[in-house]
Amino acid sequence: MRKKNLLDEILIPFLAVITALFIGAFVILWSGQSPLFAYLVLFKGSLGSLRGISETIVNTTPLIFTGLAVAFAFRCGLFNIGGEGQYIVGLMAAAVAGFAIKGLPSFLHIMVVIAAGGLAGGLWASIPGILKAKLGVHEVINTIMMNYIALYTTHYLVNGPFKAEGPLPVTPRIQPTAELYRFSPIMRANTGIFIALLCAVVAYYLLWETTLGYEIRAVGLNQSAAEYGGISVPKNMVLAMIISGAFAGIAGSVQVAGVQHRFYDIFSFTGYGFDGIAVALLGRNHPLGVVFAALLFGILATGSMQMQSVAGIPKEVTGLIQFMIIIFVIADELIRYIYRVKKKEVVANG
Amino acid sequence: MVEPVIQMKGITKTFPGIKANDDIDLTVLRGEIHALLGENGAGKTTLMNILYGLYQQDSGEIFLKGKKVEINNPNDAINLGIGMVHQHFMLIEPFTVTENIILGSEPVKNGMIDIKKAEKQVEALAKKYGLKVEPSAKVKDISVGMQQRVEILKALYKGADILILDEPTAVLTPQEVDELIVIMDNLVEQGKSIVFITHKLKEVMRVSHRVTVIRKGKVIDTLETSQTTPQELAEKMVGRKVLLRVEKKEKQPGRTILKVENLRAVDNRGVPVLKGINLEVKEGEILGIAGVDGNGQTELVETLTGLRRISGGSIRMLGEDINNLNPREVFEKGVAHIPEDRQKRGLILEYSVAENLILGRHYKSPISKGIRINHSSIRETAKNLIKEYDIRTPGEKVMAKTLSGGNQQKVIIAREFSKQPVLIVAAQPTRGLDVGAIEFVHKKLVKMRDEGKGILLISFELDEILSLSDRIAVIYEGEIIGEVDAKKTTEEELGLMMAGHKGGIIGEEKKSVG
Ligand SMILES: Nc1ncnc2c1ncn2[C@@H]1O[C@H](COP(=O)(O)OP(=O)(O)OP(=O)(O)O)[C@@H](O)[C@H]1O
Ligand SMILES: [Mg+2]
Repeated sequence: MRKKNLLDEILIPFLAVITALFIGAFVILWSGQSPLFAYLVLFKGSLGSLRGISETIVNTTPLIFTGLAVAFAFRCGLFNIGGEGQYIVGLMAAAVAGFAIKGLPSFLHIMVVIAAGGLAGGLWASIPGILKAKLGVHEVINTIMMNYIALYTTHYLVNGPFKAEGPLPVTPRIQPTAELYRFSPIMRANTGIFIALLCAVVAYYLLWETTLGYEIRAVGLNQSAAEYGGISVPKNMVLAMIISGAFAGIAGSVQVAGVQHRFYDIFSFTGYGFDGIAVALLGRNHPLGVVFAALLFGILATGSMQMQSVAGIPKEVTGLIQFMIIIFVIADELIRYIYRVKKKEVVANG
Repeated sequence: MVEPVIQMKGITKTFPGIKANDDIDLTVLRGEIHALLGENGAGKTTLMNILYGLYQQDSGEIFLKGKKVEINNPNDAINLGIGMVHQHFMLIEPFTVTENIILGSEPVKNGMIDIKKAEKQVEALAKKYGLKVEPSAKVKDISVGMQQRVEILKALYKGADILILDEPTAVLTPQEVDELIVIMDNLVEQGKSIVFITHKLKEVMRVSHRVTVIRKGKVIDTLETSQTTPQELAEKMVGRKVLLRVEKKEKQPGRTILKVENLRAVDNRGVPVLKGINLEVKEGEILGIAGVDGNGQTELVETLTGLRRISGGSIRMLGEDINNLNPREVFEKGVAHIPEDRQKRGLILEYSVAENLILGRHYKSPISKGIRINHSSIRETAKNLIKEYDIRTPGEKVMAKTLSGGNQQKVIIAREFSKQPVLIVAAQPTRGLDVGAIEFVHKKLVKMRDEGKGILLISFELDEILSLSDRIAVIYEGEIIGEVDAKKTTEEELGLMMAGHKGGIIGEEKKSVG
């Protein structure tokens, strides 16, 4: 029973990816290129060299976090579109904690930076969470609005109070003690990926091994029954949003501590928050699925750069493939139809 | 000899861990009401889901009027003239009655749905078979009974000649049951055939022509209804003698457990529904609440269990105010609650049986240890309850939604009874249960009463109320309009009171005071 479920959960996303790549091949062909060559470049560029692998890791890390953020909230029945804003406030909080605090031992400083981003993201997400829980205002609207508030607030901060000396709108570089360890001095990949994987484990643990997770999932599946079972729906919604936001916020921390080492002014959304939705969907809102989905998107992101520079194929093509993957995952009936995958029998009995 | 319309031969269907149908033969004749009887989990719904194309049999054949047919999905079934009304309705609530009925085969004029014509068709059809509906009312605003008639019309509109009704009476009040029976008689008179699933032997005896009894996936017997008795049917079903009526000793009630005074509350639209309820439940007694559906029963239960705020009056448990506590606090005071809607309130269908069995005490030791949830303790608890309450399931890990309807109900019963309650609020506790399981639940309720627990029983089944209760209070338009001694009252007296005629002890007092 369980095994069958699992197979189904993996099979459909897998087939969706294959189908999207297949259709993508025609698009490439249509633009006058060889699909085989293009895909070769894509995978070679992202996995064929140490540098490629390093960049893939760098691109994958934030997606794991934002994917977890979306998945976690979704398990409580909430649609967190605000990963972007939570990520941005996480970046800023981490950058500030990184440059302003001095004299801490490295390990501790890194912990503080991570906590700062997580706290900021959690706080940011708690607002739409509370509005939803107490007043019933739909979280989608408020999380989107919070994205803009994050964008403009940090824009102000990086041009005002936290601006570094010099002409550029950036914060001062973080202390060396706040930097995550890089695997090689000439590459950007860093221990942030382990923090991401750890967070996936934490998410899994919280959802399936704790009483809190039992309650959160109960609220996500059936609010009336949860309420009946003595589970506070508002409380769990707020908590789920805070934890969700914390994941997205830590994405910011890790990005600052591992890659950027400071906050750069953001002029338009980074996309990590939104890609997190796609990652969560493809990963079926399961932490393990999220990790693999993030990896796939990381590969595509890295490889598409190569495809553009080496093969001259616009990186929009990979964007297109990403979208098709998502469409196929959502429209799983279509995939089932194409591949004649029979649906498990799930008519609610009684 | 009447011709058979449906012949199912050697139908076998296996689910992971369970053989739901085992070489079943079933023949339905033209113009007959064929009752399908069997314990919870015997495989009735599964067999009918196969006939309706929702499931495919592993082996076996289906013949329609002698011709072999393949039914791969409900569309095939509909095209062959087979319609099914599920126990849980599949209607679109914001749509009107007509829109629901024509969905999928809408009459079209100039590329638009011809709603006028549709309404006329629906009205004509409804008249033909005596199904009272309001074609332009929204489904969410109509009664459960009418929703069911809409489901039946939906099937008839699509040209059904063979109707499957899966426990249609479980959700109906006695009045609505009577109406349904008239409709069923009308339908077969006009040549339709009906497969009728029910657990109520009375109904089987009253309407069916023949009855097939299934046990553990196998056909035990097919009998002419006129040649059998409820006792015989019950025995064939369960495989042993069944008490159709509970035995109950005299018992002196003790202290007052629950005292409700002048309780007021409003419904979801803000309309007052409880207009000053007074009642009392003592240790060691069963107080039955009788009444026609929609007189405030739902809201009364909700206020008592912390699911609805009160707007006036008081609720006291052992002398302590429990007004507006939340459900967890109410449970901590020793109240267990069997909710009337098992799929909406009582269960998380996508949770496993085990996870459902600990709902409500999931935060307490030994289930919860620090922040951890203790899976082995959950498994342990679940296994014990499954055994004690005879829940038919392949295991505690399967999702609650795969259980048969009656076994879902048993999950709730097991969970609530095992909470060591002081007071049990039981709303329609035996809805969907087979006679054996009903006997078990009734015995259990009486035993708990004998142990000194207080029981508030809300039921539409007058039989159940009469045989279990010590006292009976009648609720009418949000008030308790009278209270009677269960030993001295009759169905007639209760019926009158339920229609709003005052009577009984409290009624007398009121009269003499006012
Ligand atoms: N989709 C499913 N997946 C797994 N097991 C199932 C599924 N549907 C039914 N079963 C199992 O098949 C058996 C027969 O169930 P079915 O619903 O047919 O019983 P029933 O006779 O209708 O019982 P009830 O009177 O309680 O409604 C049960 O043991 C049930 O757990
Ligand atoms: Mg059934």
